Amino acid sequence: MNRLPDVAVDGIAFWSSRLPGWDIARAVIRGEQPPPTTSNPRPAPALLAPTERRRAPDTVAIALEVASRACESAGVAPAELPSVFASTHGDLAISDHMCATLATSPTLISPIKFHNSVHNAAAGYWSIGTGSVAPYTAISAFEHTFGAGLLEAAVQAACAQQPVLYVAFDIEAKGALATVAQSRGLFAVALVLSPADGRSARRMAMQMRSVDAVSLTPSRSPAAALVADNALAPCLPLFEALAQTNDATVDLSLGHKVILSVALSLRESLIQRLP
Amino acid sequence: MRFQPLRITAFTVCSAAGDGREATLQSLRTRRGGLTPNDFSATPLPTWIGRVPGLESDALPAHLSDWDCRNNRLAWRGLCSDGFLDAVAAASARYGAKRIAVVIGTSTSSIGASEDAYTRLDPDGRYPADLRRSIIHTPHSPGDFVQQALQLDNTSVTVATACSSSAKVFAQAERLIRCGLADAAVVGGVDTLCGSVLFGFNSLELVSPGRCQPFDVARRGINLGEAAGFALLEREAARGSWLLGYGESNDAYHMSSPHPEGRGARLAVQEALRRAEISAADVDYINLHGTASHKNDEVEARVVADTFPESTFASSTKGWTGHTLGAAGIVEAAISLLALEYGVLPGTLNLDTPDPACGPQIRQQNEQRSARRALSFSFGFGGSNCVLAFGRSDL
Repeated sequence: MNRLPDVAVDGIAFWSSRLPGWDIARAVIRGEQPPPTTSNPRPAPALLAPTERRRAPDTVAIALEVASRACESAGVAPAELPSVFASTHGDLAISDHMCATLATSPTLISPIKFHNSVHNAAAGYWSIGTGSVAPYTAISAFEHTFGAGLLEAAVQAACAQQPVLYVAFDIEAKGALATVAQSRGLFAVALVLSPADGRSARRMAMQMRSVDAVSLTPSRSPAAALVADNALAPCLPLFEALAQTNDATVDLSLGHKVILSVALSLRESLIQRLP
Repeated sequence: MRFQPLRITAFTVCSAAGDGREATLQSLRTRRGGLTPNDFSATPLPTWIGRVPGLESDALPAHLSDWDCRNNRLAWRGLCSDGFLDAVAAASARYGAKRIAVVIGTSTSSIGASEDAYTRLDPDGRYPADLRRSIIHTPHSPGDFVQQALQLDNTSVTVATACSSSAKVFAQAERLIRCGLADAAVVGGVDTLCGSVLFGFNSLELVSPGRCQPFDVARRGINLGEAAGFALLEREAARGSWLLGYGESNDAYHMSSPHPEGRGARLAVQEALRRAEISAADVDYINLHGTASHKNDEVEARVVADTFPESTFASSTKGWTGHTLGAAGIVEAAISLLALEYGVLPGTLNLDTPDPACGPQIRQQNEQRSARRALSFSFGFGGSNCVLAFGRSDL
């Protein structure tokens, strides 16, 4: 059995430097407005205290932004949700800073930079900011990261029979590290997933499929060019499907020889309840 | 879908306390720890470390050379110990490579290779040619390496929640199996010594100048260590110790300090007991997180004193291995499994005068006695907690 019980999509959030929110991203995907030509400054993580807000790393700022928006869109209290945080490379800017400092003056490593360098920093700040003691996890799976995180979130929703917050993010590589870890701009997305029932307006049926050669759903919308060089770009086909109201199947990468096939379906009578 | 206990049909561990189960067991029995004065990096800090000897001259098989780095060499050392490769090959023949998932924990993956690159950048500011391999400069390095080395074709994920990482892998793998997405899973963890953690923990003033002394009133901080460990989890198997349950939680308190009352730790313990359908009195042995940092040990000692009866035998084995960070979960899971299998309950090495917060549960000396159920505690930065519950094979 490779098929998961259906999950409902209760909340959606999206933030990238050129598409700073789900409303605008959806409109650009649908061709309702032209792609913006300017970049936006990173969002301010309102969950953090003012002093922490300024010095929060970019990873934390964008992850907390989409996590909050997804919960708002789902109408759920953040503190109650278990969460899955996924990032291909984690905080590339801090990794560059740490490696450069270690190469020249290792005893000058900053304690704040060090504790912000852990892969679960964004998840940690989220749990502190929301007061949530519900478990979080922080994962990575290289180019399969988005699919692996989505699968883990859906698996958790199925096992615990409760809504789960899924957050994925990647930032721009800096310094010498940028020559081996390719990622540009800031990009984060989030979903609130719950076990599907009769009241679910949008549901996803996920299936893990073994394949000899991986063939993935390509990005087709005008939004693609705006996020294509970020390590999280493999998530875009799913958000392109979520922006439309027709049923669709999206094949996401899950491993060298396995894909996550996500069939989205909509109950027309409930379209007004879509996130 | 209800949780069902899983069998652990093979496991292995390599740390400063020994390469493989037999050597580890011998170190525990003879109370011979693996900590040595720090000789790591060009400018070693005055501390002690749990270093695995000989990694510098280890080599990976030619077909895995793209993954070569200290962290993956240690992973390979672990995979080659205790017949683990054969056990996975047999499981793969039984279930098919596409039915065995890989979930690996780490805190820093192979960041040591990136640190090395930054000391040898070419005139254009690029990595030296020998280190231009993207996979070893990204967090998924160990998860991808283990999957490639074992030739498995299901999903492979790297969990990086600091020091709870390779405890949480048991939970994630169990959920995959419960949902029918895999019949078996290789779980484990790998972390190696590197500048980031030595100088990073030093910047937080958490590193001890001498040998670490978990739960001692005079403890002065942690000793960093490195380790690899792996376990094979199966749903349908006739033998092997049990994964009885697990509990995951967060402190929601501070990025680098535990909650003063151990709120998250208590939740994780209760959740593990609930899932395992046992009470605190059923727990014979606890392998504590016991890092020898001031705050962790004080808070953890209180949680143990408040929760468990005097008969529960609890100890920290960091005095043997050092704090192996993202590998601590699997190392201490392996020690807990050895305790159940052989009745060797390790005391707390380097503990002379217990902190006043310690109850009678926290022991200094080893004991040889039968144990049927064990817990292993792992608590990490960002307030991430995980408690694992194990049962002896004959349970």
